[in-house]
Amino acid sequence: MREVHLDLAVIGGGPAGLAAALEARRQGLEKVAVIERDIELGGILQQCVHDGFGLHRFGRRMSGGQYAQAFIDEVEAGGIMTECRTMVLRVSGDKKIYAVSSHKGMTLYHCRAIILAMGCRERTRNQIFIYGARPSGVLTAGTVQRYINMEGYLPGKKAVILGSGDIGLIMARRMILEGMEVEGVYEVMAHPGGLTRNIVQCLEDYDIPLHLSTTVSQIHGQERLEGVSVARVDQQRRPVKESERYIPCDLLVLAVGLIPETELARGAGIKINPLSNGPEVDQDFATSVPGIFAAGNLVAVFDLVDYVSATGETAAKGAARYLENPKAAHPRAYRVNTGENVSLAVPQIVYEGQAAQDLSLFLRVKQPGPKAALICACAGRELSRKKERFVAPPEMLAAKVPAGTFIGADLLLEIKGE
Amino acid sequence: MRKVTVTCIVCPSSCRVSVREGGEGLEISGHQCRRGLEHARNEVKNPMRMLTATIAVTGADFNLLPVISSAEIPKKMLIPCLRTVYGLRVQAPVKEGSVILRDVCGTGVDILAARTITRAPAG
Repeated sequence: MREVHLDLAVIGGGPAGLAAALEARRQGLEKVAVIERDIELGGILQQCVHDGFGLHRFGRRMSGGQYAQAFIDEVEAGGIMTECRTMVLRVSGDKKIYAVSSHKGMTLYHCRAIILAMGCRERTRNQIFIYGARPSGVLTAGTVQRYINMEGYLPGKKAVILGSGDIGLIMARRMILEGMEVEGVYEVMAHPGGLTRNIVQCLEDYDIPLHLSTTVSQIHGQERLEGVSVARVDQQRRPVKESERYIPCDLLVLAVGLIPETELARGAGIKINPLSNGPEVDQDFATSVPGIFAAGNLVAVFDLVDYVSATGETAAKGAARYLENPKAAHPRAYRVNTGENVSLAVPQIVYEGQAAQDLSLFLRVKQPGPKAALICACAGRELSRKKERFVAPPEMLAAKVPAGTFIGADLLLEIKGE
Repeated sequence: MRKVTVTCIVCPSSCRVSVREGGEGLEISGHQCRRGLEHARNEVKNPMRMLTATIAVTGADFNLLPVISSAEIPKKMLIPCLRTVYGLRVQAPVKEGSVILRDVCGTGVDILAARTITRAPAG
């Protein structure tokens, strides 16, 4: 078996992994590798041909491929080993990575530190309880995106979209532009799952109807999808039989949410946070296993690629600090607790001491509403307060612990109406 | 007189801004800030959009090359421009940012490669 010795292995060559590898080199780490299962770097950005990326980082509206290219060019300029077409099978708690590829066979990577950046996967029909026959023509939005934008196949002629997550909205527009028919978008919740700008620019611009509190109750067809039944749902989100109606279609697109890809993390014995469903991380994005860090959408689904890249850089700085003295004991740890109207927080752990620089805490709101204050408090003392004109669950927010603040107790994140 | 409602996308507030086109110009209400006012005015007078699409590429690992407009184009030109863009074909390798088509449909905007695509290894 091929064996490779590394200072840092980054698993996943998407936006989090690329930013992490580059930052690790800037921090002076010598042997850095990116391990990627696809045939090229870039991750899901490569199938995102739409624009809207990089506004924060590059100050212009780029498409996904352009955003990825900026990082790939820098990675390929040298100093970073890239291992594409390589599938990691197992990560052990003592930082060994077992991987396989068709051209190099099995490889064992001995790593001094690891950054996990595997992103997330999409919920499928099984996870939303669509029962019955398994005809072709029932695909997740990301799969449809890959077929249409990279492979050059149209997976149907007339589509129904279930779920109003951002990828579904973006694919609604793309399918129209590619000459397909999009009958409508159906969302079981009373609020849209995606960002308003996507509702406006992807649905309203093309007169695609959005039906809230409505779901797909049945799919029809044996070999190929022939149609779906949709029905309004009651308060308990159960379909109301009397409201059921049949729509002929040959494609059902599922845009029903993302789940962090945690198999490798679980295999390494890393603790998973029940609110984010990703590895629990501290302010350096270190996981519960020493020397293994996590970044990007694996930690929590961030929506904004700029945030994803930023967490990769934070994790790389953390890994560099760890490698200076792997045996160093952490100061006392405190929790970042979620208070009023907050559904999740990242990171979940902070350490006692004075914050050397501004510390970003990412959070998501439970209920939408106007005029809210985003408050970060420590032992009853307010550390920061940020006014938001409007908060909504699809939009990740960032609270701040200002540089110089002394952290000496658990933190509490709250969103209060004003 | 024409009356339209524009959902503002400048910030998450998502204001519903109504715009009335009367004898003496636009009457705009429902916005909470100047940027919302500007956005609603532009959406009614001259809405602009970025164009992103894919075109056929030969000799690469993938069949398609993503492309993007060098600037926003008038919304009403989006479909005519797309018709032209979908007819384009290129051969790998292509470098990100290279101009695939100059001045698409007289808009003054260029169509650029939105990624670098290398030649697929033979076999």
